[in-house]
Amino acid sequence: MWLIMTSLAAIITTAIWYINAPNDKYKLGLLSLIFWGATIMWFVDAVMAHLIDGEDFFEITPDAALLGLAVIILALTVWEIALLLSDPKKIFKNTPGQFQKS
Amino acid sequence: MACFLVPMGEAIVTSVIQRSVEKKEKKSGEGNAGQTGLRWSHKLSWLNKMLWGGVILLALEHVWHGEVTPWPPFLTAMKNPADVAPMLHEMATVGTAMAVTVTAVWALMVIAVELMIRGIHNAKIRIVEEVE
Repeated sequence: MWLIMTSLAAIITTAIWYINAPNDKYKLGLLSLIFWGATIMWFVDAVMAHLIDGEDFFEITPDAALLGLAVIILALTVWEIALLLSDPKKIFKNTPGQFQKS
Repeated sequence: MACFLVPMGEAIVTSVIQRSVEKKEKKSGEGNAGQTGLRWSHKLSWLNKMLWGGVILLALEHVWHGEVTPWPPFLTAMKNPADVAPMLHEMATVGTAMAVTVTAVWALMVIAVELMIRGIHNAKIRIVEEVE
């Protein structure tokens, strides 16, 4: 289930990245590559487990769906940290006084 | 069990290579950008992002399934000597296949981008030649 959810996230983020390309101010390229990397790895894992051990290709259970959600949350968190550290809108660099006032 | 450690090892190596290539490109000015105008350090960053992204998300999956713990020996399979050999076998087969597949996809991405931009470049030259 997490393979399906990660694949879907990879396809959606790649489409959003392409719509905005070549402008990648908000690092959507990074987010899509994170999702694609995980999708490829889980796909290989699923294929080999299916061929070698005869396991089901997709594990469709509530626990697997919850893991899929947790994986997406982690990827979004990593992307958001990278986004805030790079600060493309210069929010933290140009307006430090505004944060002190509030 | 611990298959993600193989792509993690590759990610460490490729990150070091990317840093070294970046330094060389800065020293030599523009660097070897090829016909696409894309530097090798930029192309290597795609591979690193895929490898590190995959490793981080797979690490969560392993923690979720109780195969990795935040305390020593970190890998659950290391607790039982009988589980060590299957773990190493899985790393050698599944882990290596993961690392090879991600690298192959990255290589195809680089080739596709080079060919596409080379095609556009050649088409522009043809138009200029026709106009002249």
